[in-house]
Amino acid sequence: MRTITVVGASLAGLRAAEALRQKGFDGTITVVGAESRLPYDRPPLSKQVLAGEWGVDRVQLRDEERYGELDLDLRLGVRATGLDVAASTVALADGTTVLFDGLVIATGASPRVLPGMPDMPGLFTLRTLDDAIGLSDAVGRPGCRVVVVGAGFIGSEVAATCHRRGATVTVLEALPVPLARVLGGEMGKVCGQLHVDEGVDLRCGVGVAAVEGDERVERVVLSDGRKIDADVVVVGVGVSPATAWLDGSGLALRDGVLCDDRCFAAGSAGRIVAAGDVARWHNPWLGADMRVEHWTNAAEQGDHAAKNLLAGPDAAEPYAPVPFFWSDQYDVKIQYVGHSAPDDEIALVHGSPADRKFVVLYGRDGRLTGALAFSRPRQLMTYRRLLAEGASWETALAQEVG
Amino acid sequence: MALEVSVDADKCMGSGNCSFWAPGAFDLNDDGVAEVVDLDAVPEEKILLAAQGCPTQAITVTRDGQRLAP
Repeated sequence: MRTITVVGASLAGLRAAEALRQKGFDGTITVVGAESRLPYDRPPLSKQVLAGEWGVDRVQLRDEERYGELDLDLRLGVRATGLDVAASTVALADGTTVLFDGLVIATGASPRVLPGMPDMPGLFTLRTLDDAIGLSDAVGRPGCRVVVVGAGFIGSEVAATCHRRGATVTVLEALPVPLARVLGGEMGKVCGQLHVDEGVDLRCGVGVAAVEGDERVERVVLSDGRKIDADVVVVGVGVSPATAWLDGSGLALRDGVLCDDRCFAAGSAGRIVAAGDVARWHNPWLGADMRVEHWTNAAEQGDHAAKNLLAGPDAAEPYAPVPFFWSDQYDVKIQYVGHSAPDDEIALVHGSPADRKFVVLYGRDGRLTGALAFSRPRQLMTYRRLLAEGASWETALAQEVG
Repeated sequence: MALEVSVDADKCMGSGNCSFWAPGAFDLNDDGVAEVVDLDAVPEEKILLAAQGCPTQAITVTRDGQRLAP
């Protein structure tokens, strides 16, 4: 391979480029990014950037010197619009095409919006740095009333940060319990209670019928007809993998780019890999196809997929991580590792939810399936290792974590 | 020339990624902050992976004055 193209200039794409150089690849690496900014870090967007504490410089993933060392052909501010697998070309929005011997797909995901909702000032999603800066400016106005739609991790972080900035915050969640599909009902309640305890108005089991306003957002109309006055509405109802540009390419798309256990896109003859939010791959650790929308996976899969691309299908290694993510809300560091089902058995093994410091384990069929911690990172690490080893439920429960 | 590794405790957010990817080389202390324990515990590639996999770029790896990560 002499030319490798990376589509997507965020964490997964950057880590892919770094991995190629680390492995001694000295050909051309073209990195295509839809945003005009150098790769930046997304976790601070809903926290330090939204809080107005960190500026643009602070979220850069790498400095100028590092890009010089990496020697990348950076094509920023131009979106990829199509892929021709047979011709080995990527079409860009400016009409040019990029030829490749190997391709890394790392286009990430796009925030979902509420159906039929007009785009108007005051209505936000949060994915990009520009989103975060715009939202931060809006929320910084005195007496700002914020309605957050969706009490998932992003919505909850936004709510926590806005609340800390002095805004009046209401969180709307369609499900009866927040995060129940990820953490189960009981732990979902514990997460929801954080908002309640901090004085944020959390309303569950309600949908949004409309967002109204003449020239900008003025109120949210709920599915039960009630209205909430708002200056800012933040929609955090999940993301969809950014695969529209791959329609008609022949790659298998199934809520993401379908890949094998080594991150090779199905039917790509070992020349195309995918990584990060956009990739649905067969995770041998889980024994099933999955797609993960978290920082650690983007970093690790970007690295792994690029090394596999360089090594070729015969030498490529399976990608079998234990999914891990964190969320910082108020003064609590929530960390989760594993892949449990909402109805898995749970056991409190350390601390107490009332103290906001604890570890809870998830298990099914005699196996440990996940672990959730509030502000107990060291203790959680023990279970992260046990999960990687495929530990039994009994072994996990017997573990001393101090 | 051996690797030189430092952790910026102010930047560390306690993800534990370093101690997961390079167990024995890094560990979290009781405050959930990463510390260097024994760099010989894992191959150098794992140390680099840990540094590059730090969510807050709190780990700096150099060799002979040249920065290798982040």
